[in-house]
Amino acid sequence: MSFLTIVQIVLFIGLVGASFFVAFRKFKEIYDNIMLGKPEQINTTLGFRIKNMLLIALGQKKMFKLTFAALLHMVIYVSFVITQIELIEIFIDGLVGSHRILYHAFENIQFLHTLYVVVINFIEILSLLTFFVTIIFILRRTTFRVARFQMPELKGWPWRDALTILAFELILISFIFLMNGADSALHIKENGEGYGFILSGFFGSMLTGLPNLSLELLEKLGWWGHLCMVMTFLVYLPYSKHLHIMLAFPNTFFSRPEAKGEIHNMPAIQHEVQSMLDPSFVVPVTDGEIKFGAKDVYDLSWKSLLDAYTCTECGRCTAACPANQTGKKLSPRKIMMDTRDRMEDISKGKKEHGPDFADNKSLLGDYITGEELRACTTCNACVEECPVNISPLSIIIELRRNLIMEASDSPTEWNNIFANLENNQAPWQFSPSDRLNWTQEL
Amino acid sequence: MQYKVPVMSDLVAEGKTPDVIFWVGCAGSFDQRAQRVTIAFTKILNQLNINFAVLGTEEACTGDPARRAGNEFVFQMLAQQNIATMNTYGVKKIITTCPHCFNTIKNEYPALGGNYEVLHHSTYLQGLINDGKLKVEGGAFKGKRITYHDSCYLGRANEIYEAPRSVIEALDADLIEINKCRTTGLCCGAGGGQMFKEDEPGNKRINVERTEQLIEVYPDVIAVACPFCNTMITDGVKGENKQDDVKVLDIAELVAQANSY
Repeated sequence: MSFLTIVQIVLFIGLVGASFFVAFRKFKEIYDNIMLGKPEQINTTLGFRIKNMLLIALGQKKMFKLTFAALLHMVIYVSFVITQIELIEIFIDGLVGSHRILYHAFENIQFLHTLYVVVINFIEILSLLTFFVTIIFILRRTTFRVARFQMPELKGWPWRDALTILAFELILISFIFLMNGADSALHIKENGEGYGFILSGFFGSMLTGLPNLSLELLEKLGWWGHLCMVMTFLVYLPYSKHLHIMLAFPNTFFSRPEAKGEIHNMPAIQHEVQSMLDPSFVVPVTDGEIKFGAKDVYDLSWKSLLDAYTCTECGRCTAACPANQTGKKLSPRKIMMDTRDRMEDISKGKKEHGPDFADNKSLLGDYITGEELRACTTCNACVEECPVNISPLSIIIELRRNLIMEASDSPTEWNNIFANLENNQAPWQFSPSDRLNWTQEL
Repeated sequence: MQYKVPVMSDLVAEGKTPDVIFWVGCAGSFDQRAQRVTIAFTKILNQLNINFAVLGTEEACTGDPARRAGNEFVFQMLAQQNIATMNTYGVKKIITTCPHCFNTIKNEYPALGGNYEVLHHSTYLQGLINDGKLKVEGGAFKGKRITYHDSCYLGRANEIYEAPRSVIEALDADLIEINKCRTTGLCCGAGGGQMFKEDEPGNKRINVERTEQLIEVYPDVIAVACPFCNTMITDGVKGENKQDDVKVLDIAELVAQANSY
């Protein structure tokens, strides 16, 4: 084994090891952030969970509410999954210092050889398609300006994040073709014919005029470039909206079972009211202080926090929101983004100031305002639209509960209906004894 | 026909038991527009000799607007009071003309000890039509262009999309779907306590946006299945000055009028 090969193996192990270490640390931080949330029992069967995960995450069922976007997305998604097969060979080559180890191992086994060529061709065709789809995605954001990508909450980092990921994809695919193209050119020069890769074989046939050393360098550049992009992707992923490619799976797995119209019961208040109505009822003892609704991420369910990290800011929720469509401040997507930003700000604070870090901020008030929350009609359009079963509504309701019951921040009209409901058992100021007045008109 | 509205407490005093409770709801009891829906549905129940009763003055708001606005205390007081009333009477089956009452009693009362079979009147009417007990074809709405506005609490919240449509189709009417219907239907703007307060600052009212979508298909009738949608869309149609061309009617009113009840 040459000195150069040993250097490459060391570089490979160093790069991959460091990337996994850095990425793992951030993934762990995200896991810890999600666990900041309150416990919530999700009562579903394993069958229900797997079915949801297969249909909605793997099968992208809900994506197809918008057929065009879903088809484009499907190309990138399938391409991403299939490309991982080629990565297996790249990893083995990197670890042992070989070159196309699987190709050479399969060279004399007809079936496996054919399979290898077919798989690489499949990857290359999908990669080329993905290249074009990625350009369409960039144009949808920058030139065609699809409405849901132009909203205020996407300004700044979310906008750059989306375009960064798309740029990564273009660079990554270019490196794949550079690697396979230069390699094909070398193969053609040595054996008179290429590997049988249609696309890179075509690019390779145009490069055969270059000297072998240049081709070898180009192949190495493509190989290392591709690897570096994959590792960059891995490290960048947990900082990005792109994390949905992983979290869509647990998030759909843990989908809530109940009818969308059901709002979670609050046993503490149930028991308190029960003891008022029935003096013989003994309120069960609970540990710690009881807080009504959510003021900060600590008060939300872990599922809502997982929702927040799963959100890829596609904005289908906001596009469907009746309040948003009529110019109100509420955007369900912003609710999810704010929740994640709050968790990220807390973990940043903890890193800088130690684990006891506390600022004087909270999700309610500093990130999400009462005006946004009060605009919600609880119509479930956002929940219905989300391709990965996120519920912005659960967070809205929990924050509203805090706004009303802890902060007593309620519009006068609502205070009036609360008073009417308490006194007259109806939201309007009618006497309960008038409930049957309508019968006089029969 | 002499229409009757049996009240639960009276029936109990007479030693009788109704088969179903007609849950009228606050809008159905007090709101002038919704009262007409209550009356229409009562007439249908009477015409078909359904053994029903209302709770009358013992009925309280289900608590839906309080819970959704964020006031769980008020919700719990109302819900527990209603459950105590109904459990005392041994209520088994409830029909309501309000999707909000329907959703709360069906999905949220079980956690508090209130377990009943709950039907929205669209499902109930569909069943009666399917069983041949209720005839609606060939009436006043034959050939009329009717579009249906999905109620969020019936549709997305409880996945009831077809029942109200099958009632409309049974009228021999021309059911016209608008683009934003079923799962993508736009809210009328009243849910989540919005009915009882001014809109937050924005550039349009939700009911106006929704009404514009509905009148785009030139309907003779906009059919609704919720008292709040009814109010919001009626207001929207008035705002567009179309009240002479487009009627906003609940499916119970459609059925009652088709039969000249």
